[in-house]
Amino acid sequence: MEQTKEQFKFLSQHKLQTRLSGEFGDKIAKIVMQTVAIAILATLILMVILLVQMSSEAINEFGSDFLTNSTWDPISEEFGVLSFLYGTLITSILALLIAAPISVMVAIFITEILPLKLGQVLGLFVEMIAAIPSIVFGLWGLFFLAPLVRESITPFLKSTLGFLPFFQGPSFGIGILTASIILATMILPTITSITREVFKTIPQHQKEAALALGATREEMIKLAVLRPSFSGITGAIVLGFGRALGETMAVAMVIGNSSKITLSLFAPGATMSSVIANEYAEASAGLHLSSLCFVGLLLFAVTLIVNSAARFIVWKFSPLSKSERKEKRS
Amino acid sequence: MSESDNVLEVKNLNAWFGNFHAVKNVSNNYSRKSITAIIGPSGCGKSTYLRCLNRIHEEVPGARLSGEALLLGQNIFAPNVDPVELRRHIGMVFQKPNPFPALSIFDNVVIGLKLQGEKRKDVLMEAAQKCLKKAALWDEVKEKLQKQGTSLSGGQQQRLCIARALAVNPPVLLMDEPTSALDPIASAKIEELMQTLKEEYTVIVVTHNMQQAARVADFTSFLMLGELIEHGPSEVIFTNPKKTKTEDYITGRFG
Repeated sequence: MEQTKEQFKFLSQHKLQTRLSGEFGDKIAKIVMQTVAIAILATLILMVILLVQMSSEAINEFGSDFLTNSTWDPISEEFGVLSFLYGTLITSILALLIAAPISVMVAIFITEILPLKLGQVLGLFVEMIAAIPSIVFGLWGLFFLAPLVRESITPFLKSTLGFLPFFQGPSFGIGILTASIILATMILPTITSITREVFKTIPQHQKEAALALGATREEMIKLAVLRPSFSGITGAIVLGFGRALGETMAVAMVIGNSSKITLSLFAPGATMSSVIANEYAEASAGLHLSSLCFVGLLLFAVTLIVNSAARFIVWKFSPLSKSERKEKRS
Repeated sequence: MSESDNVLEVKNLNAWFGNFHAVKNVSNNYSRKSITAIIGPSGCGKSTYLRCLNRIHEEVPGARLSGEALLLGQNIFAPNVDPVELRRHIGMVFQKPNPFPALSIFDNVVIGLKLQGEKRKDVLMEAAQKCLKKAALWDEVKEKLQKQGTSLSGGQQQRLCIARALAVNPPVLLMDEPTSALDPIASAKIEELMQTLKEEYTVIVVTHNMQQAARVADFTSFLMLGELIEHGPSEVIFTNPKKTKTEDYITGRFG
């Protein structure tokens, strides 16, 4: 009895103390958090405002023609984004075509086939690719990948798929194909790790249900792992696409910087981000700089749309999350 | 009962997880068209034992087993037996209803047949109708076969899983606490269903619910710490058990 009284006394004192400091502390914490949250939103909005302001000269000068014009001539001050838009899309799509199947296969291999520990180790290595600085990728691309593309990959593609316009023309090593391969390597860890996370949400009993019906391991992976993950994998791929669209340094180093639209993947090209990186230093003022900012604004818009689309796909089409939402409602 | 009436004969079954000996030397026979309940305290190895019988136990890393289980005379643990093939002859219903979320009600039922390569629409449709009727679900879902399996209620989902297991027509059906995630009314429906399933299949059901075992099972096995303590007709186990451990358990002295 005596002991419980003692405990109670301690408790009430303690409670009083925390309540006093608590009220004050809560207020401060609330203000700090509100400020930070607003600051994040404000940064985004201010960035858009600044970009619009800086590109206003180009917007007034070219208007919507900027989107359809493929000429980029700083000397005669005629600017259009089309060739860079094309370069950005073609390199990113090509990177996805290379990286998406590999990433999904790697994710399956890590989560479903390798023993747990080994899988974690391999997963760590894959994620370390994401930690490699972009500029290092660029160097690797220049000194290893470009010669490889020129001497091995190009002759191979020409001899097998040379009848397609994409695989014709001379190759200098640096160009759209090299940039795409670099991009594929860079987005591989993104797609792989998100896909792995999606696979981890598959409950064990789903896999066992498939096995118990007489599914082989391969059929089990198709039925119980890949099918319910479809939307998640799509989301992962679109997020990888978003990353590829904005990637700058490595691409700028290996794409060759030509503002011509060509069908050949061996030819040099330029992306929206690479042109900004290459030219902002010489474009000190005027229409040239303003046009570069306009390119930046459009790039921002494209990546924003792609990333929103990814979120939307994951949220909307996931069969698992749909049933979970239903459970929450009822 | 003659020897040939046994669909499944288990001899000296042992199962391990790593170094943990989960099932110890269990031997038992299961006769055609009967329901056997396996009861026992939590962690006694009853689910593990059940999961050995369709060899899904082996899918857990570090798990292994020894012994024999003769399905219609053939040892299912023999090295030349393909577990994938075996699981088409021993169906399983799980504790939590687990229809495939990406598949429709129809596809959930016939997926086992599809895995076996059956593509003819009319065959699949016929099988789906037959199995959903056997699982007492047909009348509730016949209008919405193309809806997602997960759109059904918990009890309906479990009956869908039973229909799915029946579609490949296995002589033996394993049920691992099939009603523990369901409300009493849905549970009663499943129990009722088990009685009709008995007319065609050999059912082995693990349950936490002793009343359920007493209600539905012809035979009851009592497992404790991985050992089979007692096995016999349910009325004997629940009214006049031979072992004191069994009596202590069914009278609620521990659990």
